Amino acid sequence: MSTLKPEVSAKDHVEGGKSASIEIVEFGDYQCPYCGDAFPLIQEIQDTFGDQIKFVFRNFPLQEVHQYALSAALAAEAAALQGKFWEMHDALYENQHRIGDDLFIELAKTIGLDLDKFKKDAVSVEIQQRIDDDFESGIRSGVNGTPSFYVNGTKFDGDASNLYQMLKESTA
Amino acid sequence: MLEKGALAPDFELNATPDQKIKLKDFRGKNVILAFYPADWSPVCSDQMALYNEMLKYFNKYDAQIFGISVDSVWCHLAFSGDRKLHFPLLADFEPKGKVSKAYGVYDEQIGESKRALFVINKEGKIAWNYLSPTAVNPGADGILDALEELSKK
Repeated sequence: MSTLKPEVSAKDHVEGGKSASIEIVEFGDYQCPYCGDAFPLIQEIQDTFGDQIKFVFRNFPLQEVHQYALSAALAAEAAALQGKFWEMHDALYENQHRIGDDLFIELAKTIGLDLDKFKKDAVSVEIQQRIDDDFESGIRSGVNGTPSFYVNGTKFDGDASNLYQMLKESTA
Repeated sequence: MLEKGALAPDFELNATPDQKIKLKDFRGKNVILAFYPADWSPVCSDQMALYNEMLKYFNKYDAQIFGISVDSVWCHLAFSGDRKLHFPLLADFEPKGKVSKAYGVYDEQIGESKRALFVINKEGKIAWNYLSPTAVNPGADGILDALEELSKK
């Protein structure tokens, strides 16, 4: 059974209840259509379970398959430096069908980022390193495709709808 | 399935229509053999696509990866081109499945290789193996753990 390595820490992007009993980690790629399909389901899970759930996103860009996967991840991490990771994360998935360099700038404007800083951060070594670290964490944790989910540190064998179903059953 | 410690059977298989790969030419390097059922499985969860993103990690451990299936060189060529793979896919095509059989990972009923991983050390011995359920992409954590173990010796 594959487990999450390293565990969720202060470095991670976390949404939801800090002391939630259920921790969900997604390894995702912004250009992956299956991750795009999972996005509204994750939102529904968050709406349904509220503070019972802590949701964490780690980058797993499949760069050889998806041309814009890395630049999208860079855009989200650059937004994070201005405290707007989740705004960018959500906007990227909502607009996945038109992913591309123009979209990143457009979204940066929409969510009100300092554009000069955003452009500079998006090409920084630190951010690139962070994405590499996430990717390596994914490999070490046994990620075998995107999206991959971990529930309380253990790899969940299924997609977002299976995850939703499992949560409904286990909290019923 | 061949066990840990066994000498990895040598083979010579085509990587492209005019290039053959001999296992014994890779003595002195760690080798990863990834047997898989067939080319053209769905993209985001594709095992070969995952390994393709990981070549720099394999390099770090002085390891060369080969994918092996019973598909022909031409099929491999098309698949590899489509997915932009940067490592060789070997055709265990004629006699069909000969190498897969030698490693004990051939599914006689379906006529495809099973989904199996081997890490072969620099002396040509099997250092680690793993047989995955055919429908499940085994990821790469086991491979990296095995390579890390070898690098400590």
